[in-house]
Amino acid sequence: MTTATEPAVTPELVASHGLAEAEYRRIVELLGRPPTYTELGVFSVMWSEHCSYKSSRIWLRTLPTQGPRVLQGPGENAGAIDIGDGLAVVFKMESHNHPSFIEPYQGAATGVGGIMRDVFTMGARPVANLNSLRFGDPRSPRMRWLVEGVVAGIGGYGNCVGVPTVGGEVSFHPSYDGNILVNAMTVGICRADRIFRGIAAGPGNPVMYVGSRTGRDGIHGATMASEEFSAESESKRPTVQVGDPFTEKLLIEACLELMEEDAIVAIQDMGAAGLTSSSVEMAGRGGTGLDLDVARVPRREAGMSPYEVLLSESQERMLIVAARGKEDVVTQVFRKWDLEVETVGVVTDTGRWRIFDGDRVMADIPVPALTDAAPVYERPCAEPADREATRLVPEVPDPGDFGEALLAVVGDPSVASKRWVWRQYDHQVQTGTVVGPGGDAAVIRVDGTQRRIALTSDCNPLWVQLDPFHGAAGAVAEAARNLACVGAEPLGITDCLNFGNPERPEIMWQFREAVRGMSYGLDQLSIPVVSGNVSLYNETEGRAILPTPTVGMVGLVEAGVEPVGSAFRGPGRIVALLGDVGGQLGASHYLRVAVGVELGRPPVVDWERERAVHAACREAIRAGLLESAHDLSEGGLAVALAESCVGRHDAPPVGADVYAPAPPELRDLELLFGEGHGRVLVSLPREAWDAVQAICARAGCPLNWLGETSADALRIARKLPTDPYATTETLLHVSLHSLAARYHGGFVEALGFEGGLA
Amino acid sequence: MRVGIVVFPGSNCDRDCARAVAEVSGRPAAWIWHKDRDLGGADLVIVPGGFSYGDYLRCGAIARFSPVMEEVVAFARRGGPVIGICNGFQILTEAGLLPGALMRNVGLKFICQDVHLSVGDTGSPLLGGYRPGQVVRMPVAHADGRFHADAETLSRIEGEGRVAFRYCDAEGRVGGPSNPNGSLAAIAGIVSPGGNVLGMMPHPERAAEAILGGTDGRALFVAALSRAA
Repeated sequence: MTTATEPAVTPELVASHGLAEAEYRRIVELLGRPPTYTELGVFSVMWSEHCSYKSSRIWLRTLPTQGPRVLQGPGENAGAIDIGDGLAVVFKMESHNHPSFIEPYQGAATGVGGIMRDVFTMGARPVANLNSLRFGDPRSPRMRWLVEGVVAGIGGYGNCVGVPTVGGEVSFHPSYDGNILVNAMTVGICRADRIFRGIAAGPGNPVMYVGSRTGRDGIHGATMASEEFSAESESKRPTVQVGDPFTEKLLIEACLELMEEDAIVAIQDMGAAGLTSSSVEMAGRGGTGLDLDVARVPRREAGMSPYEVLLSESQERMLIVAARGKEDVVTQVFRKWDLEVETVGVVTDTGRWRIFDGDRVMADIPVPALTDAAPVYERPCAEPADREATRLVPEVPDPGDFGEALLAVVGDPSVASKRWVWRQYDHQVQTGTVVGPGGDAAVIRVDGTQRRIALTSDCNPLWVQLDPFHGAAGAVAEAARNLACVGAEPLGITDCLNFGNPERPEIMWQFREAVRGMSYGLDQLSIPVVSGNVSLYNETEGRAILPTPTVGMVGLVEAGVEPVGSAFRGPGRIVALLGDVGGQLGASHYLRVAVGVELGRPPVVDWERERAVHAACREAIRAGLLESAHDLSEGGLAVALAESCVGRHDAPPVGADVYAPAPPELRDLELLFGEGHGRVLVSLPREAWDAVQAICARAGCPLNWLGETSADALRIARKLPTDPYATTETLLHVSLHSLAARYHGGFVEALGFEGGLA
Repeated sequence: MRVGIVVFPGSNCDRDCARAVAEVSGRPAAWIWHKDRDLGGADLVIVPGGFSYGDYLRCGAIARFSPVMEEVVAFARRGGPVIGICNGFQILTEAGLLPGALMRNVGLKFICQDVHLSVGDTGSPLLGGYRPGQVVRMPVAHADGRFHADAETLSRIEGEGRVAFRYCDAEGRVGGPSNPNGSLAAIAGIVSPGGNVLGMMPHPERAAEAILGGTDGRALFVAALSRAA
């Protein structure tokens, strides 16, 4: 096949498309001839790490994906889980790291837009967004610009589209200095019997293009996302797409309106690799072929080549396989919403993906060559040589003043209140937000059922760095614990696996171990993975990020369960701990913030205990016995207490007098700041104590009475186990005023942002 | 009693308003499509929040040219009750139904948070569910909510008792840090000379059920629905 106007395919051109020599030879073999220029571009994106998962696929297959409620597992645009009453929750998380580092506003905005399309393409109205954000040193001017831009971009897109941003995480570590992480998650709701998929079936059915016009933006975005960063990455700004949330909003309404008709056979978002990947993947799932005429694709600018049209990543576009004869129905709906709609091709039974530019054939590729035949690598893995050395924790002396130490940890920007961030997100639109951002998990009500859904995202990257297996397993445990804190039972997760360059054996080892750990944790709690995304090559000039396998978990809150927050509601309540008093300093946040050391073995989950704590917490919330529940995570008991005291910005702070029953061998420092799994801080009215005790006994969950809430300060002392009535002198005494000032001001101060909060 | 909710391309609080209406009245509201040229017999028109036409130009500046706005203006001029919330308030000022303009927040950022409001003594039936001076709490969510008007307009609005809401603290003290967006005279909402058109930046529909954290917005819908018929 020859095309007169296209550049010749040379070895240099092949290399510049990011294809290895062996990969090119395989392409020639599959085609039985050298590819055209257009075909080379298509192979380069479809075989890119971003689209093909070539380094990760063999390990992803090991994740548990089955469950009685799973309606759609990995492999579609998003996963779906049955929530009863004829409804399903549809969700997925995806990274937009590389574009956000180059152009934070548009990078983050289009990340939000892309993940929303993955959800409404399944027929689900998006009801909530979450974001997991990782930034570098907050003091650097560039990082401030990135934080401002990413937050503004997420808000700018989600607010306009009218989907509330209800939760997520923001943390800082210098490993993200050259490569920030922006992981966006969308959750939608649809009828369980009306889930739309991207399976191109029925030869003769028309292929229709809807949404925005195609421009030159984002060409080779998927290839960029499959490379390390270098000093030249700045010059790749034109590969970042530009978002138009207004058009996305119209696209949501038009798609959902069309889905009420029987007109759609298949539908898919044009995301990474645009028209190419959406059409190839739909044909691949359907075992069919597609003929497309790029000349009929609506364009934003003149003179675009077929190569550019195929690889454009212009946003807010969808590809629909319509039922033959229903073209007018599709056209009418999209015209009503002032969107482009054009028939651009047809489903065939040839098994080939054929691209025409009018009469000229520009590409003719067997569909499996782009999907099943894409390379799969079992890359070498090697445990880092210095691993043993990272496990030893140096002797850490007690600080002069535990109260000052607490203020330092609470004011650290990774711990302090993120209200500066989420105040810029509309977290209430759709009037479904029952528990909004700032707590352990968000809770959203669902139309058509008395049940609610709970949402959280979690990962402690330092723990994964120090022990990928236990770190990733721990992320699963923590996410489930966060859900338990709002009374929810886990339904499933979506994962977003952010790692460095997989061609380095120690990175591949991290990846393999983290996936193993995540699988193990999910099995322990019987939670399936239903969707996810892998982002590799997150490094700049040889320095990788901390491995960050983010877990986005969705849970179900049964009807009649009243939500509790993480903050104490007033003085005179019992403060108690579900789980054991204790914890370890190794790999702790205290060690990192107060001592500047990132060493130790992260805590290992005791799964039987973990399940017992979750069960007891959920049961006590369902019975209406608890006033607050808060997971112990970074900073241990002292930080959890501080957050429960002053966590609410819109209510008076509440104090606590705590007499912690600690075993004698536990150091004060460990008691206060030690970290571990399986612990939840709760508060309850005195009259509820007996009932909570009974629930804990039944669940096999330890219940420790810690003290009572008070009016004025946070005080922590040890209770001596030898004598239940004796306590030691107060270890820590901090006024609520200074605690609140650090917790609510720490983030803004660390980033040097102007002005406080109204 | 028919409630019509105008849907522009980019409206995103339309469904929330319909839900609040249904909560209060037990009856569904009707959609009024922006390309329509009649109001479908509505006795009360709500112009909801959102980002009409993306708000890529000045907020509300395009929406006012929608075919349906001619009818909304005529309806209002006949004394028909119209409530504009957030983007709806911006659209009503652009359409000339209410004076002043809504400008970029003083902090330049989008803000989503609860605010306290002091209810003005307007005599408007739409505010009949509140006592003058009453302090209510409901959320704001906007980037362009800073009310502005020239001195003459301001003194006219204030002189005629047309300030519906001012930002205040929990004790009702107006101004200072409780003014979240830098609005002139802490104005959060105003009414037309006849009191039948109300524009406000805060979202009463987000404070119409206890499960959402507050019910102070409910009285607005109750009054509007009962007086408008």
